[in-house]
Amino acid sequence: MSGRYRGVAAIWKGATVSLRGTITGRLAVGLAVSALIFSACTSAAASASPAASIAVVASPSPVAGTSVAPSVAAKSLAPCGTVNIAENPWVGYQADAAVVSYLLEKKLGCTVVKKPIDEVVSWQGFPTGQVDAILEVWGHKDLYAKYVTTDKTAVDAGPNGAKGVIGWFVPKTFADANPSILTASTNPSVLNTFADQFKTSESGSQGQILDGDPSFVTEDAGIIAGLGLNYKVVYSGSEAASDKAIKAAIDQGKPILAYYYTPNWFSTQVDLVHVPLPAATPGCDTDVHKITCDYPPYDALYKVVSSKLASSGSPAFTLIKNFNWTNDDQNTVAAYIANNNMSDDQAAQKWVDANPTKWAAWLP
Amino acid sequence: MTGSSVTPGMPARGAVEPTISVRGLWKIFGPAEHRIVGTPDALLPTAELQLKTGTTVAVRDVTFDVAHGEVFVVMGLSGSGKSTLVRCLTRLIEPTAGEVFLDGEDIGKADAQRLRELRRRRFAMVFQHFGLLPHRKVIDNVAYGLEIRGVGRAERHARAGEMLELVGLGGYDRRYPDQLSGGQQQRVGLARALAVDPEVMLFDEPFSALDPLIRRDMQNEVIRLHREVGKTMIFITHDLAEALKLGDHIVIMRNGSIVQAGRPEDLVGAPADDYVADFVRDVPKSHVLTLRWAMRPIGPDDPTDGPEFPPGTVIRSAIHAAASTTKPIRVIEDGRLLGVVDQAHILAVIAGAEAPV
Amino acid sequence: MTAASMSLGRRAEVRLSRGRQLALLIGLWAVLYLIFNGKLTLAHSDDAPLFQSLNGVRDWIDANRTSLPLFVYVLDPIRDGIGWLIDALTWVFSNFSWLGVTAIFGAMGLVFVGWRTAILVVGAFVAFGLLSLWDQAIQTLVLILVAVVMSLAIGIPLGIVAGRSDRFLKVITPILDVMQIMPTFAYLSPLTLVFLIGPPAATIATLIYALPPAIRITALGIRGVSSEAVEAAESLGSTGFQVLRKVQLPMARSTIGLAVNQTIMMALSMVVITALINAPGLGESIIQALIKLNLGQTFDAGVAIVLLAMVLDRLTASASKVSDRRHRGLDAVSQVRRRTLVIGTWLAAAIVVVGAALLAIPQSFPADITVDLASPINSIGDWIETNLYVVTGGIKDLFSEWILNPLQTVLTSSPWPLVIIMAAGIAWIISGRRAAIAAAIALLLVVGLQLWEHSMETLALVIIAVAVTMLIGIGLGVAAARSNLFSAIIRPINDAAQTMPAFVYLLPAVALFGATRFTGILAAVIYAVPAVVRLVEDGVRGVSPTVIEAATAAGSSRLQMIFKVQLPMARRSLLLATNQGVVLVLAMVVVAGLVGAGALGYDVVAGFAQFNDFGKGMAAAISIVLLGVLLDRITQGAGARTTTASAARTARAFFSARAVGVS
Repeated sequence: MSGRYRGVAAIWKGATVSLRGTITGRLAVGLAVSALIFSACTSAAASASPAASIAVVASPSPVAGTSVAPSVAAKSLAPCGTVNIAENPWVGYQADAAVVSYLLEKKLGCTVVKKPIDEVVSWQGFPTGQVDAILEVWGHKDLYAKYVTTDKTAVDAGPNGAKGVIGWFVPKTFADANPSILTASTNPSVLNTFADQFKTSESGSQGQILDGDPSFVTEDAGIIAGLGLNYKVVYSGSEAASDKAIKAAIDQGKPILAYYYTPNWFSTQVDLVHVPLPAATPGCDTDVHKITCDYPPYDALYKVVSSKLASSGSPAFTLIKNFNWTNDDQNTVAAYIANNNMSDDQAAQKWVDANPTKWAAWLP
Repeated sequence: MTGSSVTPGMPARGAVEPTISVRGLWKIFGPAEHRIVGTPDALLPTAELQLKTGTTVAVRDVTFDVAHGEVFVVMGLSGSGKSTLVRCLTRLIEPTAGEVFLDGEDIGKADAQRLRELRRRRFAMVFQHFGLLPHRKVIDNVAYGLEIRGVGRAERHARAGEMLELVGLGGYDRRYPDQLSGGQQQRVGLARALAVDPEVMLFDEPFSALDPLIRRDMQNEVIRLHREVGKTMIFITHDLAEALKLGDHIVIMRNGSIVQAGRPEDLVGAPADDYVADFVRDVPKSHVLTLRWAMRPIGPDDPTDGPEFPPGTVIRSAIHAAASTTKPIRVIEDGRLLGVVDQAHILAVIAGAEAPV
Repeated sequence: MTAASMSLGRRAEVRLSRGRQLALLIGLWAVLYLIFNGKLTLAHSDDAPLFQSLNGVRDWIDANRTSLPLFVYVLDPIRDGIGWLIDALTWVFSNFSWLGVTAIFGAMGLVFVGWRTAILVVGAFVAFGLLSLWDQAIQTLVLILVAVVMSLAIGIPLGIVAGRSDRFLKVITPILDVMQIMPTFAYLSPLTLVFLIGPPAATIATLIYALPPAIRITALGIRGVSSEAVEAAESLGSTGFQVLRKVQLPMARSTIGLAVNQTIMMALSMVVITALINAPGLGESIIQALIKLNLGQTFDAGVAIVLLAMVLDRLTASASKVSDRRHRGLDAVSQVRRRTLVIGTWLAAAIVVVGAALLAIPQSFPADITVDLASPINSIGDWIETNLYVVTGGIKDLFSEWILNPLQTVLTSSPWPLVIIMAAGIAWIISGRRAAIAAAIALLLVVGLQLWEHSMETLALVIIAVAVTMLIGIGLGVAAARSNLFSAIIRPINDAAQTMPAFVYLLPAVALFGATRFTGILAAVIYAVPAVVRLVEDGVRGVSPTVIEAATAAGSSRLQMIFKVQLPMARRSLLLATNQGVVLVLAMVVVAGLVGAGALGYDVVAGFAQFNDFGKGMAAAISIVLLGVLLDRITQGAGARTTTASAARTARAFFSARAVGVS
């Protein structure tokens, strides 16, 4: 992450020139600015400094070189420049970003800036150049239509490889004790008989369905309305908070009904069972406030990159386009990060070292 | 300084055009400011008017003249409108109605630039709480009036230095106001006013924030300066003793109106109403009343060899002479015998009995 | 006296105290609730027509962004200009090594303030490095500097105008009032609509948030200039400009310095929250930590923020004081000594800068030198979580079921006209007729925004959090006022607590109680208590010693002294403290939408996070502002309507100045 701040300078500048100061550049600016501050303060003509420092700012571009930091082994490819990768708030995504960033930086000499932002906000970054790539998109047909099809500020970069499932889950022990809950796919109202067991101080008299981050793809409120369930959506606020609540409930032997998804490294920590709702049929989720079916399978999680990156000829685009792995790969890296407390780079390195053939295929 | 200097107590009244002339001046505060004067409402007492229209009359139909070179005192209790009145003269407060003339020029008709010109060159004001600029050295405070009209630094500092000498603060020029005592600060205020060499100096209760002893010093200072530079001065005070001490002419204000105008001895000797009488009750009359006030026409059997005094002598100054003789004091002006004052009468004045009429 | 109490008084020949009137009103509410509950309620709908039309506005703007002249010629250039400024400043910083930056700021501390500050500054910058937050701290610093410079460039001139023109002040005051009670959160979604996401939008949000104190305190400073000095200058024939330049500005200098200081502190608290719209820096670290529930990481970022706050505060607050003193005529020797020090310091800084450049010291702090604070903190957090779960869970459940749920139920299931009438009645009793009208209008607008149910839920959270805050705040405040030792202990804690942005408080609360409404209340209480303690302490200490002496002489017991003398006499301060408490609690309760506090705060969060909830988020932001107006007006206090309103505001400005005046 040490290059991030420098990288940010470059993006903000909106120029492709890397602004890493050469020693001469630094020296010149250092001297000029200190001389300025010096003279401004001794002569008490403080008002002189802003104007003067702008002059300093304006002059340096030719001085600053485009040299690449020595630690990076650059290949004979087109210069990569800076890539802004959105980092959406779940560990699985973080794993995608960790590996892609690692490869971009170490193998292609790119400068990567990860932006920890929500899904929708990430898309909004395409037109402004704040975001160059989203590595794992769950659905979002409306955003796809707007940014890819209509505005053409982003382009589809193909599948991510992982296959997603979203749904309502209960601890296996609970499902074992109450097998009838698994009949909800044909008889959703059976859930109402469990509402009392799932109720908490947050949900009041209704059963609680524990959702995660408010930014996640969720249709739970619509499903509750559509299936006529006596439940209330309560947000934990984040993936980590949901995981913690699920873990606590299992440890304490309490019932819990949670919005949950796979791939998810946390599956290895807890035994959860999907409570199937009526399977998705065309049109069952048209009215988002009255949905009568379960979430559709997200078989094709995909990637999107900004049109700018796609057309820049940067090798980064090729790598991102080629990036494609499995649920297991993702869970492995995610567990390194979330469970083993590794940094993103450490986790990525470990996976990269162990799976050379997989990533070699992604390189341009 | 300005040339013709006039001895205090001897105003050149009536002979020349007055320096300042105020005619029918009104100042009303409130939403209906401009809808009162000239209507029957204007005749209502202040409290009733306030109740009826929500406006406050600060100055009510005031008229007076100030002669060249005299000290003209406006006296009244707080809320009597005197401070508003003095601010109306240079339109620091815009009068509601009436006219103010300076040497015949209607100040009310001056445009912004002319008004500034008048303030810069013809008037200068001394304030109750001094109004000094704490971030400037004393010398730059004094030079302020010159600075804003574009006088060069060397010149204005020279002039300000002179003024500081004049008010007895030579050597204090590099200090800051908060390093000076209250009395010294007001001297700076005085010097600042004098520095622009104004024709008229306005004093707004300049000494009321000072200790009594320092106040006396400053009063004497003003008397001295008046003698030396001979400016026309308009002096606002709530202190009757101060008014009597400094004023060539005094007006007494109450609820925005003038209740009485005259020389000090007129007020003490012949209060216009109970309000004024109440005011002057405790004044030692012998300190204020002159022999002119105590004398009676000479009678046929009066001795003609008693001590001689001019009519402007305050009674107190004649006590010693009166006590050393049994003969009545003779009041002589320009060699002419105006009348005599009996010893018994002097004693009566000292004792505080009703003033003779 | 209010009309209600007058009519009551006439009939019963007794005048009811305010407390009795309130009790009566609430009793009436209870009776009416029993009769009418469940009627005329406004259930929440996620796709109210208003939200749809706001979505429509968003879509229209998005579709026409590249062709609308307003965007092409005004807004986009503004965004690009600010972006350029940020780039430029970032570029300047990026050309200094970490050693050079530290040296320059250390030199500023030494020259502007003194050696203690210099040590603090150097220590803080080294700490950024040790916490591995160097880059983030510099990014935050850059954003703050740009936002503050712009705030001041706009705010000081406006403040000067407001200081000199009564009419302008009258126009701008209500606008500033609303801006100041507006929770930080509410700014973000409208801004992204106009300026998209990214550092420029974040900077604009920050500058808007920091603007009111800049304007207000500058105006205060100009108005605080002795009217006699101004009159004296006028009487000597100064032009308006001369009065401004030679009298008002120099005399308001230290107050304007305070405005700069306050603007910086406000900017700091906002800039962290703008991480939600993709601003880089320390806020980003906190958001990440929140997402991962990483207590230690928030702690690190929190420490860095407090250090940054202290650096900026000391550099500006004391700089204005010192320079005031400095231009006082020092004698020649000390002037020479001073000049030598100044020149020497800058020379030394320059040598460090150049030397570091020659030695190719990197721009960022070495990554391998770190201090690990996060891990121990995390272990503490884990321990609490695993071992105190029963206790914390029990507290949370009891509180939610017995206090929170009933209040939310009452507010949401009372007929809405009844709630409005009661709110107006309460406002009337406490603060008079105007407050009642304002309260009623605010609530009617909430009805119009179609967020009644969520607004009532948020209101319930706020009411409870304020009640708890006041209870704790008054207790601690009275204790601090009565014991110098306690006061000395609690002041620095308060100072540090008040420089922390709301965000930082969420995590410890989440760690203890999970993501629930209770967590939101707890975070809000922690956030608001320091300010309340300070105001209560100042108020109680402000009670005239003569009165205390008289009461002591009359043989009052300690409790009698507190309840019959000190608290009643500090009533104005208590009201002010309540008012502050309300504003702070509201801000926090809304931010706590991020961690499950639900209601309006969640609506705002969802507005960022979900494409289709934009309209709802926008309406929720406005509802929050309306709730703020409602609560602010109610707690303004009787008599605070005309002149005392400005006095209260002055006090508020003063307070917030004191709040960060770490001395």
